[in-house]
Amino acid sequence: MSEELIPDISEEDKKRLEMGGIELDESNRSGSFIQTDQHIHHSESKIEGIEMLPIDIALKKYDWLKEKFWNIVDRDKDEYTRFVAKREEEEGPRGFAVIARKGSKNIFPLQSCLFMQKSEVQTVHNIIVAEEGAELHLITGCTSSIGRKEGTHYGITETYVGKNALVSNTMIHTWGENIRVLPRSGTVVEENGTFLSNYVSMNPVGYVQMYPVANLVGKNSVARFNSVIIAHEGSELDMGQGALLNAEGACAEIISRLITTGGKAISRSRIVGAADGTKGHIECKGLILKDGTIHAVPEIEGQLTNTEISHEAAVGKIARDEIEYLMARGLNEEEATATIIRGFLDVKINGLPDSLQKKIDAVINAAESGF
Amino acid sequence: MIIICRQITRKTGEWNMLNIENLHVEIDGKEVLHGVSLAIGDGETHVLMGPNGSGKTTLLRTIMGFSGYKITEGKIYFKGRDITEVPLDERARYGMGMMFQRPPTLSGLKLGKLLNAVANCSPESIGRFGERMKMSDFMGRDVNAGFSGGEIKRSEILQLLVQNPDFIMLDEPESGVDLENIALIGKSIATLLEKDRHIVHRNKSGLIITHTGYILDYIEADAGHMLCNGEIKCHGNPREILKLIQEKGYGECIRCQKN
Ligand SMILES: Nc1ncnc2c1ncn2[C@@H]1O[C@H](COP(=O)(O)OP(=O)(O)OP(=O)(O)O)[C@@H](O)[C@H]1O
Ligand SMILES: [Mg+2]
Repeated sequence: MSEELIPDISEEDKKRLEMGGIELDESNRSGSFIQTDQHIHHSESKIEGIEMLPIDIALKKYDWLKEKFWNIVDRDKDEYTRFVAKREEEEGPRGFAVIARKGSKNIFPLQSCLFMQKSEVQTVHNIIVAEEGAELHLITGCTSSIGRKEGTHYGITETYVGKNALVSNTMIHTWGENIRVLPRSGTVVEENGTFLSNYVSMNPVGYVQMYPVANLVGKNSVARFNSVIIAHEGSELDMGQGALLNAEGACAEIISRLITTGGKAISRSRIVGAADGTKGHIECKGLILKDGTIHAVPEIEGQLTNTEISHEAAVGKIARDEIEYLMARGLNEEEATATIIRGFLDVKINGLPDSLQKKIDAVINAAESGF
Repeated sequence: MIIICRQITRKTGEWNMLNIENLHVEIDGKEVLHGVSLAIGDGETHVLMGPNGSGKTTLLRTIMGFSGYKITEGKIYFKGRDITEVPLDERARYGMGMMFQRPPTLSGLKLGKLLNAVANCSPESIGRFGERMKMSDFMGRDVNAGFSGGEIKRSEILQLLVQNPDFIMLDEPESGVDLENIALIGKSIATLLEKDRHIVHRNKSGLIITHTGYILDYIEADAGHMLCNGEIKCHGNPREILKLIQEKGYGECIRCQKN
């Protein structure tokens, strides 16, 4: 089975995929979508009520899906979206559609693997639909082959969280040093719906620029963004997250942990409170381990009296008294530092299944052994 | 002042646990300790008293080896070895332990994880000590985050129990602790200091800062020292020193010229 999922792949690349959360034997997974460059090898969900299809097939199968294509993300947003749209016209769209029918649920996540191996440019366009009351967990591992020295990945993702539905999307990026990554994502959340977005990038990458926005249009809808990022020397990550609280009782939380060991990490975040009883909080913490840049740009905007939005941001080095506290218990300086970094990066995410939380913890732990 | 100065070295011929000679310490270029000398024998517990700001915490943190405490003169010997220049973590591994007056909060680091990382005992023992210190429910919480005053003390003692050092320094273990918890903390400190063992077999020593002396109800202290303005004014019986402070205040000590 595992051999079939991705033919023609080196052991080293297998490891990189596994690091990115992809189980090649599909253990603890409810299904897989595998795309290497522009080629789709595999697309299947094992859960009743949840479909995982190549986007072109899904668009042919379901007329209603066409309305959701280029609906949240504007085709003319920038040169990158236009590039993807043009390529779709020429070659047909790539990427996946996940459709979770009313009341369906997966405990083990569906995995989608976007792997850059031979070509310079990869484009994907994904649509995620969770109908009323559905609970859908996804893990997306984006990886480039060890041999792929340069390249650009463009990813469009449009997510629709229905009434009382929950969607969690955990993205683990394992790119190469000179890869450019330009995702363009948007989400709409309806009444009582919950959207969880988790982003982890521990490896060197050339340039990442993204700014997913969740539009909370339903009463009491929720969005939570968590990101954990290390900017290595030579890497630049320009990360943003936005939440628009457009319905009564909507709430959003944006939590970021950034470390630089010589690279540049920018954390932009924005919450707009535009309806009654809305709440939002931004928390951004940055650790500078080696001279580099961490730039936090939290924006909060309230438009009426009955909204509460706050932010806290802190950037600095590890406090000496924390290191010495642990040294006084017998840990040496390196152990003490690593222990504090592990704590710093430890973000527990409400609503995430154990297996996903464990994967996130494992990715973070593996990166830490390098400190 | 009538209290007799004495230096106790019960087991003669052996190294003292701790010997401090003429220690001068600066913080930010300002001298805080002006020539402190102190000797603590194996198996002995000493008490350190003195008014606020006199330099008690400074002395403990200097012995432990924290940064920011610059020794400009004098020596510290621990188990017979000159440790004046030895780094903090090595001192800890060599058998020193300290309870902090104001420990930092370690966000993200769970108490349980910290205990596992520093333990010199089995995981089962960690669990038992946790129960004993009524900290079992705190294992999954970030170290010191939102801990109450008394909980911080219990967590500090618990960390020392699993670390199991030979020489234990406690910075005001009873301050801010309710009566019931004082008993718990007092008895646990007695365990740390092997007070249940006969002096001949006892190897653990302690140096305890106290303002109230409540802790003396749980551990017999062998000697007391009075620190004023960065100088030790006298050594003697801890209860006698306390009584003197109660009756005459610190003024007497500050004026005292005998040392
Ligand atoms: N980091 C520091 N920077 C500047 N001054 C300091 C620092 N730490 C201690 N001091 C000063 O050194 C002196 C001794 O302080 P220390 O904390 O040792 O007193 P203490 O005897 O423990 O007092 P207390 O009974 O109030 O705990 C005080 O005047 C204090 O303000
Ligand atoms: Mg003090």
